[in-house]
Amino acid sequence: MLSIWKRGLLSNVSVIIDFFIGFFILVGSLFCLIATIGVIRLPDVYTRNHAASKAATLGVMSILLGTFLYFYALEGHFNSRLILGIVFLFMTSPISGHLINRAAYNSGVKLWDKSVRDDLKEYNKKVLEKSSVD
Amino acid sequence: MIDIMIRLALVFCSISMLGLIYRVIKGPSVADRVIALDAIGVNLVAITALISIVLNSHAFLEIILLIGILAFIGTVAFAKYLEKGVIIERERNH
Repeated sequence: MLSIWKRGLLSNVSVIIDFFIGFFILVGSLFCLIATIGVIRLPDVYTRNHAASKAATLGVMSILLGTFLYFYALEGHFNSRLILGIVFLFMTSPISGHLINRAAYNSGVKLWDKSVRDDLKEYNKKVLEKSSVD
Repeated sequence: MIDIMIRLALVFCSISMLGLIYRVIKGPSVADRVIALDAIGVNLVAITALISIVLNSHAFLEIILLIGILAFIGTVAFAKYLEKGVIIERERNH
């Protein structure tokens, strides 16, 4: 298949592949930009983390997919490290977001003053009362 | 065509990195700064991938995995420091 592309017998396929590479890369960089706008404009730590850890992850995964397609289709070079990078980012970025959020809550960072409910606070209070009764 | 798209994507990533640096400098709590630094690491991965397309070489693609792993370890260490005050605990029986 790759040798056919290189000989130029399927030049239409090459145009379609170009379109997909450009689409993935542009959409990914726009997702990064939107994540940054969220990080700048949202009101407290938790909402900022929500923006950063989801949108930036999806954007970078899309950019890495575009890069993989570029090197595979146009250069004929199958790079397994890019696939490993996509899988690793998909696994670790939500985990680091969760850890930072929990650390912020436990070290006493306040929620936004217009947020309506805080279930974890009531749960912590209930657990504390039960342990003091015991 | 694809050249212009990649340059445009590099400009977008650079602008988003500048915004994250603004959040690192201004952020009211430490957790804000750690979140912004983590996102800067993730953006650096994207910029490395785009630069390796621009330079047309696959020599830099290992750096992507390396930056991802280092950003994750740094964020986990910061989170543990914020929560417990120590990163590696010493006493074994508790």
